[in-house]
Amino acid sequence: MELKDKLVSSFLAFENTINVDAPVHDIRSQAIKVFEEKGFPTKKEEAWKYTSLNAILKHDYSIFPKEENALEFKDVKKYFLYDLDTYKIVFIDGKYSSHLSETTHDKIDVCLMSSALSHEKYKPIVDNYFNKIARQDGLTSLNTAFSKEGAYIYIPKNKLADKPVQIIHFSTGKESAQMLQPRNLIVVEENSHVQIIERHQSLTDNPVLTNSVTEIFVDKRAIVDYYKIQNDNQTASLIDNTYIEQQGQSVASVHTFAFGGNLTRNNLNFFQKGEGIDSILNGVTIIEGKQHVDHNTLVHHQEPNCESHQDYKGIFDEKATGVFNGKIIVDKEAQKTNAFQSNNNILLSDKATINSKPQLEIFADDVKCSHGCTIGQLDDNALFYMKSRGIGEKEARALLMYAFANNVLESVKIPQLKTRINKLIANKLGVDIGFDL
Amino acid sequence: MAYTEDDLKKELETKEYEYGFYTDIESETFPVGLNEDIVRAISKKKEEPEWMTEWRLEAFRIWEQMEEPEWANVHYKKPDFQNISYYSAPNKKPKYNSIDEVDPELLETFKKLGISLDEQKKLAGVAVDIVMDSVSVATTFKETLAEKGIIFCSISEAIQEHPELVKKYLGTIVPQKDNFYAALNSAVFSDGSFCYIPKGVRCPMELSTYFRINQAGTGQFERTLVIADKESYVSYLEGCTAPSRDENQLHAAVVELIALDDAEIKYSTVQNWYPGNAEGKGGVYNFVTKRGLCETNAKISWTQVETGSAVTWKYPSCILKGDNSVGEFYSIAVTNNFQQADTGTKMIHLGKNTKSTIISKGISAGKSQNSYRGLVQINSRAANARNFSQCDSLLMGNECGAHTFPYIEAKNKTAQIEHEATTSKIGEDQIFYCNQRGIDTEKAIALIVNGFSKEVLNKLPMEFAVEAQKLLEISLEGSVG
Repeated sequence: MELKDKLVSSFLAFENTINVDAPVHDIRSQAIKVFEEKGFPTKKEEAWKYTSLNAILKHDYSIFPKEENALEFKDVKKYFLYDLDTYKIVFIDGKYSSHLSETTHDKIDVCLMSSALSHEKYKPIVDNYFNKIARQDGLTSLNTAFSKEGAYIYIPKNKLADKPVQIIHFSTGKESAQMLQPRNLIVVEENSHVQIIERHQSLTDNPVLTNSVTEIFVDKRAIVDYYKIQNDNQTASLIDNTYIEQQGQSVASVHTFAFGGNLTRNNLNFFQKGEGIDSILNGVTIIEGKQHVDHNTLVHHQEPNCESHQDYKGIFDEKATGVFNGKIIVDKEAQKTNAFQSNNNILLSDKATINSKPQLEIFADDVKCSHGCTIGQLDDNALFYMKSRGIGEKEARALLMYAFANNVLESVKIPQLKTRINKLIANKLGVDIGFDL
Repeated sequence: MAYTEDDLKKELETKEYEYGFYTDIESETFPVGLNEDIVRAISKKKEEPEWMTEWRLEAFRIWEQMEEPEWANVHYKKPDFQNISYYSAPNKKPKYNSIDEVDPELLETFKKLGISLDEQKKLAGVAVDIVMDSVSVATTFKETLAEKGIIFCSISEAIQEHPELVKKYLGTIVPQKDNFYAALNSAVFSDGSFCYIPKGVRCPMELSTYFRINQAGTGQFERTLVIADKESYVSYLEGCTAPSRDENQLHAAVVELIALDDAEIKYSTVQNWYPGNAEGKGGVYNFVTKRGLCETNAKISWTQVETGSAVTWKYPSCILKGDNSVGEFYSIAVTNNFQQADTGTKMIHLGKNTKSTIISKGISAGKSQNSYRGLVQINSRAANARNFSQCDSLLMGNECGAHTFPYIEAKNKTAQIEHEATTSKIGEDQIFYCNQRGIDTEKAIALIVNGFSKEVLNKLPMEFAVEAQKLLEISLEGSVG
């Protein structure tokens, strides 16, 4: 059976496991209809021109988590930022693991989507925000239809989350190929601040497909820093749909570190709904093998005096394919917008491919918008310089690549995370340079 | 009262199309509609050989299966293809030996356009092949060119006289099935220019053709084929203005350039079809397929100044097949009122050490929409390919839009690609600076727009630079000094 048909027909089975009287259930039933109509995107759609899902949709995924699989912390410790005190929301095969998690309801809520959807206490927030900015496309609707579990973070007015939040999804895939659909809701009210680190990790060689949707609401003068670490193994594919709505004077940043995985598609959407907003989208992609990473970003400037900054760096080796599809829309009302977008790529192999499509759609005249895109290779002169001074070929190349990615790394605000990512990069490049890498 | 940008805007909006007049020449027009019989009739009318008729019919059959493309960032009422007449020719005897035989009314038209034939003849070496409503009516300097072995004639003539060349190259760069409009053109093309530069010849003069749409309700389907044999050089100019018409007119041209080893083709266009009036009524639909092929060490350079047409859909492209070949694209696109332009280029790098440069300048005013859409593709075998692209947009007023849709695809690690795009308006400080030095606002804007477009204007051949300035003036009146 085609995956689409399987999903549509499992919806009835899914309904047996949830409370169908809840108001969110109307949203789910509506969404499954949208998915049934639209299905999975194909290469015929402009936004999916360079990314085909065909290969990963072939597997016979199990759609519902069967049982709770326990993991020992010592076995998965390396996937955590263990040297940092954080809240943790951990899922194993889509089920919440209370054993590995550390949540809170003290002033702020760091807990589960399932409890947010079922408890009366959270109803006003859920009614107000759930599925309000997620787009009605096939994949997002599919997630909405099966939305049940994920992270729920609510930071009320004038509160500072006292420590960062780690959201980790493990898949053990013990039984078979597995499809996961986490649904996250993050609401940060006026003058509040939160830092979030998200990671998907497969512990199996069985195929895993994750179709994740995250909605983030950033109220006035709030600050949200979101870090996505995508360093999964070769059989895991990820479709990440993130929607962020910002109110006046807020600052939201999303850093995406794509180092692994079979196919990774990031749909990152920013909607600016007030004045004086800053949106920051940064990304580093370092991939090889047959990996495929597609960054699809949208920044929609709807109000005056806002800024957006996009900086995506990519290094592609072997048969890897990178896609960057960035779109900036500046509405007629959004005068005095400053929107910048930059996409730099290095190709290390003749089999690697990069497709870049940086787009601007501008309807206001008093704006400063620019985009730049480069594709090149390491500078031979620089390599020669270092080699002539006793730095080995491999190290010299790594140094150059590290320098290339560095200004994205510089903007990571959690020192421990920065160190961790440095290590991941060094690991990726297969070197030990000896300074803080 | 000080002249402000708003005043300029107002002036631009009320600016009517200067060249909007209609020449009353009796034309022989086919009944409207399109079917195999019409295609056969066009072919018969032009006394074409059997293979040509078959080629047209093949294109027509392909066209019937195709759908109009909708991906472009333009919105318009689709033309009714069954409500267009596909052939019209000035029916006074279309072959002239001297200028005296030419219809005086036609000469008057050219005078209004400022391109009197006499003057053109006297001007240093410009041979003009004038196409007015599909049939070539005047050719000059043919003898001079013939001495060098250069063939420069209408395509219908070439089909008769040089069938081997036409047969060999027609449709090789833009195949019949390439796209909807190319297929339509292949089926019904009425006339156009043909040019062949023999091996080792440097064409001593700029070749130029002026196109005009004239008869009401007549589609114009030009077909141009330029072949530069090994080690030859040619500079080809194409310019057009169209009279004011209320219903939309369709223009679907195809241009094919072939630059063989070590050859160079420079193709310049000034396009000023009727853009419609201030309410966005009328205007020409300009759906053009232009493409060139470069063999080893060859170079093709496209330069275009696009100021007219209600809807423009045009992507002059280069296929850099041979090693060390070079492709260039320089463009200024000006849109005003309700004009919509979706234009850009494609650079397909296949050979080693191929280079391409893209400079695109978009100026949008009024309620117009101006899009750049370009593709830079580096194939896996195109080692050391190099591309530089720059797309700048200038917005005048807050009711217009500027859009950039670049596609960059690289499959070779030695490729070096740079793309940059900016969007801005004329800075108040820039205008203030000029004002302060005694330059009034109108002149200041002119100065800035001129400076903005300079990189492209400089690429135009001398003969055309003047006209290009003139056309910029018409589109953005008073802003080019």
